[in-house]
Parts: sequence; structure tokens; C-alpha cells
Amino acid sequence: MNALILSAILGVVMMFSGLWLKQKSIVRSLAIAGVLLLLLVNVLETSGIVLFKFDWNGMLHFDRFSLLFNSIVFAITLLYFILSSKDMEKVGINYAEYFALIFFILCGIVLAVSFKSLLILFLGIEIMSIPMYILTGAEKRNLKSNEASLKYFLQGAFSTGIMLMGIAFIYGDKGSFQLDAIAPLNGIPSALLVSGMLLMLFAMSFKSSVAPFHFWAPDVYDGAPTVFASFMATLVKGAVFVAFIRLFDNAFGEMQKSSWQLIIGLLTVVTLIIGNITAVFQQSVKRMLAYSSIAQAGFMLLSIYAMNTDGKLGLLLYVAAYSLATIGIFAVLAKMKDYTFEGFNGLAEQQPVVAFSITIFILSLAGVPLTAGFLSKFLMLKAALLSGSNTMWLVIIAVLMAAVSVYYYFRVIQAMYFKKAESAAAIVSVSPVFKWTLLLMAALLIALGLFPNLLFGFYYF
Amino acid sequence: MIAVLLIVIPLVTGIAAFFIQNEKTVRAWSLFASLAVLAASLFGLFLSGNNQWLEYNHEWLQVMGSSFALKLDAMGQILCLLNALAYVLIFIATWNRSYEKANRFFGLMLLTQAGMMGVFLAMDAMLFYFFWELALIPIYFICSRWGGERRIAATFKFFIYTFVGSLLMLIGIIYLQSKTPDHSFSISSFYHLNQTLSGKEQSFLFWLFFIAFAVKMPIFPFHTWQPETYQQSTPAGTMVLSAIMVKMGVLGVIRWLMPVLSIGAETWSYTVIPLALIGIIYASLIAYRSDDIKKLIAYSSIAHIGLMFVAVFAVNQIAMQGVIIQMFNHGINVLGLWIVVELIERKTGISKISELGGLAQKAPSMTIFFVIIALASVALPLTNGFVGEFLMLTGIMRIHSQYYLWFTAFAGAGIILGAIYTLRMITKIFYGEVKEAVTNITDIRWNEKLVLGVIVVLIFWWGIYPQSILNFTSEFSKEIVDKINILQFLPSKTGL
Repeated sequence: MNALILSAILGVVMMFSGLWLKQKSIVRSLAIAGVLLLLLVNVLETSGIVLFKFDWNGMLHFDRFSLLFNSIVFAITLLYFILSSKDMEKVGINYAEYFALIFFILCGIVLAVSFKSLLILFLGIEIMSIPMYILTGAEKRNLKSNEASLKYFLQGAFSTGIMLMGIAFIYGDKGSFQLDAIAPLNGIPSALLVSGMLLMLFAMSFKSSVAPFHFWAPDVYDGAPTVFASFMATLVKGAVFVAFIRLFDNAFGEMQKSSWQLIIGLLTVVTLIIGNITAVFQQSVKRMLAYSSIAQAGFMLLSIYAMNTDGKLGLLLYVAAYSLATIGIFAVLAKMKDYTFEGFNGLAEQQPVVAFSITIFILSLAGVPLTAGFLSKFLMLKAALLSGSNTMWLVIIAVLMAAVSVYYYFRVIQAMYFKKAESAAAIVSVSPVFKWTLLLMAALLIALGLFPNLLFGFYYF
Repeated sequence: MIAVLLIVIPLVTGIAAFFIQNEKTVRAWSLFASLAVLAASLFGLFLSGNNQWLEYNHEWLQVMGSSFALKLDAMGQILCLLNALAYVLIFIATWNRSYEKANRFFGLMLLTQAGMMGVFLAMDAMLFYFFWELALIPIYFICSRWGGERRIAATFKFFIYTFVGSLLMLIGIIYLQSKTPDHSFSISSFYHLNQTLSGKEQSFLFWLFFIAFAVKMPIFPFHTWQPETYQQSTPAGTMVLSAIMVKMGVLGVIRWLMPVLSIGAETWSYTVIPLALIGIIYASLIAYRSDDIKKLIAYSSIAHIGLMFVAVFAVNQIAMQGVIIQMFNHGINVLGLWIVVELIERKTGISKISELGGLAQKAPSMTIFFVIIALASVALPLTNGFVGEFLMLTGIMRIHSQYYLWFTAFAGAGIILGAIYTLRMITKIFYGEVKEAVTNITDIRWNEKLVLGVIVVLIFWWGIYPQSILNFTSEFSKEIVDKINILQFLPSKTGL
């Protein structure tokens, strides 16, 4: 609750700060202080101190899971601001508005991961999406950015329609928007409920770029300004997944085995295969990361497939690990002139610290032990294996696709370390703060990989 | 505590090495570090069986049921000694070679050593998997950064092969853990599973583990990464790979595959033993035909490891002892061969057998050392190779199968072929008329003499008086064989 109210207020504050504050560095500092404040009040709420109290008619529920997820989101947003906020200046002139929109997205994330009613879910997803359409088109003199924004908006509106229809069907059958009222199942679920559930499933798959509903994702991530693409592809996607798992756990949990588990399983396989195989053929690192985000979504789907404690905890760790690594690489990418793999040639000689951090990020994305990426993949596989007797096929496909992902991820390492740069200075100069933040993120990935209790401890205690 | 030291010393010194800029200093530093590891490993050898110094247990990753459990058993001690000794020898032998960015090179070398030590010591499946991958990453960087022209592609192939294998093994580990009553990864819980898992589960899980280990050893048809990687890597990388890292696969089979999934192993023994035998003959024939010394040694290594693998499947104490002894012997012998090959290549710039000749007249001491080591590797009596291979062949002879004669014949043929191609190589390189390329070659220096001398002393010591190492390994081999045999491991039961 704290974070929800405060993030909305901060959004408005940031909007006006553009009018009053002429210096960009002050706007930036204000935004960073704002996220820090959000993180603080959210941690306070986790330990029982609630600043704002309202009667929300049971439509929201802040449990440990959603609070912990919020903390992860705020902490990573903080790092993201420190890394990339300077690069947002290059996007356009409306500097303060970008921060305002991001705070609104955060507000949407808080709603979408704490809902108890389908209406709140809808509100949350929309509050998240609409600022993102604007951010995607923020580079308004760039045709690609415009195209991406339009594409994103059309597809997003379409999937929103589907979601509304699903909600209407479910309401028609159960007469309520409350998850607790939808969950109980008397005998066989009606056709109306099942079709409502399927429509919800497809709509959520749209929003989380699960194949075969992924077609918007690569173009949007590629076309959007690089600084915003990283935020959209990581935290927002993670929030949609948390909403996804919350919805299907609380509303359709009893139908799992009979109706939707196999569908999710098949979607997982398709997502993993399409994401990974297409990523292999990309020449631009940015586009490769776009496809890899689809591939990683396939792994996150395993947690919904399994729907057990390992899966839920694993999803938290997965979002944290994936977001840290991807935001880090994107932040470096935003400073580079050449987005192809060749652009990374010889980076290890010019910027050893940056190259080392990227190596850790890549190892984490590929799921190599010692990193949080490994542990999160491990928990996903374990959750899937434990969820049923006949899940070996799914796990084996997931693992083989993880091996494919090594192929395209390691091309970045090969370029950085084993190839010589043809032209000098592949990267514009980086500040010491940038370097240290990258190193801190790499250290966080390793720390979470060795001691996941740093994160899980908050869940249990 | 010793177990922890064996991992921590190379780990810490390796990380420190990255920050030493001066090449001479970092070289001395890493030699010093490897000597410290050797001292720790020798100290471990002198401690008796159930000493608490040899074990270490600490809580770690409780959420997942894993713990930081290390133990030095007889096999672990022998392999750790090999690892420690080989590093000292490698550092001394390649002392004169200069590397671009030497601090990174030596840092990565020591990190690899730490990873391999962990694999040899881990008594917890999760920890084992961690170290298994941990050893892979630095050696990937070493072989891709320093080496021949096609090194990047060759090493990447090696990496992908191993990574696929280890991911499959990860599935197997998770599955086994979910079946243990106490949801732990500890090796004793895994050993208990052998009697509770159904035959169908075991025969399926067998492949998940087998592929991971078969890629590492390598066993035919998973070997295709190996010759190219050995040829393209920098010599020190090749030495680490062929002398120490392949033993990770053999150790995996002995410690983590056979005693845990003995029914699965029994079911598939008639598939995998022929694979290994085909590999032995096939690799020997290619080695005979190859004109490149590096390729020849690479293929001969496949043949030697194949023999060890078959011997493990013989499941009796003699064969098991042979394998454990031979792991050490093969390690130092092949290390000696690579050291001389590296010398020849560094001094003449060529590694083609047809372009070399008459080296004995120019470099007599190098020739003597090489001939002794090569004869040890073809198992001439009075050398260490003979002890190991004789034990293994005896063990294969006693395999419980109606095809035991065939198995022995093929395995023996591999040894004979080994003698043929090795002797042919010696004649062509060292004897005959002096070829143009070798006219300016100089004999070896004192540091190389020292290294090769140590190897030769070990060859004769364990060739003439193997009793010490036999006593050392006998109890452990018996225990392992009993664990595998707990359900009467008899390949003949299933028939063909």
C-alpha cells in the first residue's frame, strides 16, 4: 500500500519537476531519491509499518510474495536509474516526463502483482502498458521508434480486448471479480468459465511475449530507445509473470491438472524453441537480447507450469537475476556506437571492468553455476520435475534450449576477449560511477548465486 | 581442512594473480602457489584413513538441501596429487614461454586447478556440479585466448559439448535428489537410492549421467571435440586438459555413476562397452595414420581412456585398482609426452612427423627422456604403465560375461596398436637422417630436465615397486566394487 500511493504521487511530482527544475541533474537526483524512498517504504511495509490505510474492499492483498517482488523491482529500478538515467537525455527533450512515466509503470506493477480482483489486475496491466507505449515512441524523430510504438499499441490494445472479454466471461459464470469467489470448483467447470480462463491465458501470454503471441516483442524491443527497452524487457515482463502466476494460482488453481497445465507446457516448448533458435541468427546484439528475452520467458513459464513453492520462489530469483543481467548489458549497449557483435570486438582491452561485468551477466543469462542465473534455472527445472510424474520431456527440451542459448550469448564473450578491434574506441567513455554500479550488479549476481537466502530470507522471515 | 586448503589455495592465489602486472613476478607467484598446493596434497597423503583433517562439512544452500561437503578418499588423494604435481611440472616446463597478458593466463590456470580439485573432492552432488562447471569456464578462456589460429571455434565446440552433457547431468541430479528420502544431495543418500530406484528409472538416468562423463573422457562417439582442441590450444592448456581434466570423467563414472545407478549401468553395459572398444581400435588406427604428433597423442589418449572405461565396467577389485593407478600414471605420462612435443614445436616450429627426423643426434637427452616416457605409455614392463594396464586387462579378463574373451582381445589389441604407432613415431622423429628443420635444434635446458627427470623417476618407482600404491588403493577399490555389486552386478544376466 505504501509503495502504491507513493509511486503515484511521485509520478505526478516528477511530471511537474520538468516545469520547475531547469537543471537535468537535479531532476535525475530527484528521481533516484524517489525510488530510494519507494524501496524504503516498501521494506517498512514488509516489516509491518503501513503508512496509508484504506478500505479497499478486499480487492488488493499485499502478501510477502508481492511485497518481496516490489522490493526487487524498486532495488533494480534504482540501479537502472543510476546506470542509464544519463543516457535518457539523448532520447529527447522531455527528460522529466520519462521519469514520471516510469513511476507510473511502477505504480501499475504494484497493482498488478497485488490484486485480489480481476478489475485491479486489469487496471494494473493497463497502467503499466500505456506509459510503455509512450516510452517506446519517445524518440519521435526516429521512424523505427514510431513504428515500434504503433505496433506495440495496436497489439497491446488487441490483447487488452481479449483480456476484458475473458474477465466478462468469468464474471458471467461466477458473478464476481474476486479471485476467492472464482476459485471454488463444483464438479466440472462450465464452458463459459473455461473459455474465460483460456482468453485470460492468451491475453497474459501476449503481455509476457510468450510464443506464439510474441511477434510484437522483437520489433518493439529493437525499435524502442535502448535505455527504455531494457526496462520493458525485464521488470515489466517479470511483473506480468508474477501477475500471471497469481491469477492462475488463486483463481484457476483447481483446474490446473485437468485443463491448462498441458497448454502452458506446450507454450513453454514453443517459446523456448522459437526464442532460442531465432536468437542464434541475429547479427545485432540488441535484437539478440530481444529474442533472448522471449527465450527466458519460456523458462519463467515453467514456474506457472509447475505452480509449487520452488517455482514461485524461483520466479522471484529468476526475475531478479534476469533483470540485473539484461539491464547491465543494455546499459553498456546504450553507450555503444555499433550494435552488432563486431561492435564488441576488443572491448576487453579498452574497458576491462566493463567487459568483466558483461561476462558475468552473460554467464548468468546462460545459467552457469556460481551465478544467480544458474540457481534460478535450477529452481525452475526442479519445480517442473517435481510437479508431476511425466514432465521429463519438458525439462529435457528446456535444458537443450539452454545449451543453444550458450551459443549466441558466448558470441559476445568471444568478441570482447578473443577478437581484436578493427577501429579504435568501440565505446564512448564511461564514468567511474557507471563502472562501479556494473561491478556491484555483477557482485550481486554472484552473491545471489552462492547465497540465495539473501533473497529468500525475506520471504520466510 | 586439507580438503578445503586444496581448493582455497589455488582459488585465492589465482584471483590474486590477476592483479600482478609484472610477468616474471606472476610466473614466480603461480609456481609458488602450485608448490603450496603440492605440499598440502602431500601432507594429506601422510594422514591416515579416517582423519578429521581429510573431511570438511559446512552448511550451504540449505533451501535446496545442499551442503559444502568435501572428503579426501584414496581416489581423491591420488587425483589431487596428480593435479597438484602436474601443475608444478607444467609451470616449470613452460617457464620460458612468454604469454600476452600473463597475469590473466596464470590466474585462469590456477582457477582451473581449484575447480578440478573441487570435482575430485566434492561429496555432495550439487557441489560436484558447481565445481564441474567451474573448472570448465577458466579453461575455456585459456584455450580460446591463447593458442593456434582456429582455437576459438575448436574450444567453443569443446565448451558446447561439455555444457550440453553437464546440463543433462543436472537433470539427473535434480531427479535423484527428489527421490532421496531426506531431499539431500549428499553422496551417501545417493548411494542408498541404488536399491530403491526402479530399473526403468535407472536405465533412463544412466544416459543423463553417462553423456556428461563420456564427453569429458571422451568416449566414442562423443570424442570429436578432443583432437582439434588439443591441437589448437596453447600447450599448457592441452596439458591440463589431457593430463588432469579427462580424469574428471573417469572419476565421475567411478564415484557418481556406477555405485548410484548400478542397475542402469548393467542394463546398458552391452551398449557402452562396445562403444569404448570401438573407440579404442578406431582411435588407435587414426593415431597410426596421422602425421601430426599432437593429433597422434590426442587419439592415443582416447584409446587409453577407453580402456579405463571398460575396466570400470568389469566391476572387480583388480580392474578398479588398475583404473585408479592408471589415472595417475596416464596423467604424468601424457604430461611428459606433451612437454617434449611442446619443446620440439617451440624449437623447430613444426609438429609434422614427416618433416622431423634425426633429433637424437642433435638433442640426445631429450630423446632419452621421450623414449622412456613413450615406452611407459605403451605399458612396457618395469614402467608404471605396465602395472596399471596389466591390472586392468586382468580385471577385464574376469568380467562376468560370456564375451569376456572378446572384450579382452579388443582391449589388448588397443595396447598392441598403441605400441606400434608410438614406436613408429619415435623412429621417425628421433632416428634416421637429420632433416633440414632440425639442424639448428638445441638440447633441453635444466628446468626441462628436472621436470622430465621427476616424471621418469615416478615411472620407474611405480613400475618396479608398485606395492605402496597398490596397498594405498586396495581398500578403496574394494569398497567401491562392493557398492556397485550390492545388487550382483552381472552383465551376463541381461544377455545380448
